[in-house]
Amino acid sequence: MCETCGCNITPGNAHLARRKNDQSQDAVTVLKNLLSANDQQAAHNRQHFDRHGVLALNLMSSPGAGKTVLLEATIAELKNEFRIAVIEGDLETENDAARIRAQGVPAVQITTGTACHLDAHMVHGALHHINLPDVDILFIENVGNLVCPASFDLGQHRNVTLLSVTEGDDKPAKYPVMFRAADLVLLTKTDLLPVLDDFDPARAERCVRDLANPGPVLRLSAKKRDGLAAWFGWLRAERAAQRERARRGQILRPAIQPDGARFHAQDAPLLRFHSTAL
Amino acid sequence: MHELSVCQALIGQVVNVAREHQATAVKTVNVRIGPLSGVEPDLLAQAFPLAAAGTVAEAAQLVIESLPIRVHCDKCGAETAAVANRLVCGTCGDWHTRLVSGDEMLLASVELAK
Repeated sequence: MCETCGCNITPGNAHLARRKNDQSQDAVTVLKNLLSANDQQAAHNRQHFDRHGVLALNLMSSPGAGKTVLLEATIAELKNEFRIAVIEGDLETENDAARIRAQGVPAVQITTGTACHLDAHMVHGALHHINLPDVDILFIENVGNLVCPASFDLGQHRNVTLLSVTEGDDKPAKYPVMFRAADLVLLTKTDLLPVLDDFDPARAERCVRDLANPGPVLRLSAKKRDGLAAWFGWLRAERAAQRERARRGQILRPAIQPDGARFHAQDAPLLRFHSTAL
Repeated sequence: MHELSVCQALIGQVVNVAREHQATAVKTVNVRIGPLSGVEPDLLAQAFPLAAAGTVAEAAQLVIESLPIRVHCDKCGAETAAVANRLVCGTCGDWHTRLVSGDEMLLASVELAK
């Protein structure tokens, strides 16, 4: 993790930053998002998806919140209705991709090594192993992490953030960047609620609203196959909407996109679906 | 946690700007960061020398301007300050707001030496 987060840079080795005393200077205004290279790649990925009418969903959560078991339950229910493919992101192992393949759908595993998130270039590399014309819904299971994945556009259309009831109902308040980015929040493992006296689903939802996030908050247990109908309904509606957008040549970007950045950036993407005040 | 990745992307842009302007060195890199960008300014500052080492920007100073969180209320129309995990209207308290500032991570400008 240290190579990733930069915490191995100490006051002792920070002297790498030497100053020079050049006389002539030239100030250049740039005003670009720091991740504009990633954003360009993400836009390219989105074009791939839209060309083939694929709905791409980015699943994010802390490790162990139940992303893979949710996908297993979803594939079991919908694999005869939709052609599904999965990109799995983990630091190590092919375990999750193997679980998905056992469900009879194609899965590509990205092992990130030390990186704590997927980025658009990694996803593009994985797309070379997926035949998009044969896909209706592509799930991208991000690295389990409530911090970093929220900052990287992958080219997806929607962000789905899972919060398991064992984690605490104030997680949205503690990780606002992640939960502000969610187009849909899934409260998972709700079968455990009867034995947990400190998780209030209503409080979790209030924390999401405090982030000015109007997205649905659904409750389910993938393991017990409980509450899944609303999730399947959301998927069907999103899939139908994506087909319609693809037909009209429209582009949908997820809520993750920094609004403020686009107000100030010269390379602001032109197409946005949620209105913002200037 | 991902600040080194962000910093490497930042240096990539800075190097391109320096090359376009045939600069021999980069003096200053000015960025603007909002609290809701997911980037921690302190970690970005720590990662910067490592990402810049060996590039035309290795002697550059990173200047980080922190931007405030402000929201516009859809209900009452007020524009008010807010904190990261409570983006409700400061006037009427409603949560139907839109962020107008606070999630930026922008390379604003660079000062080059020729």
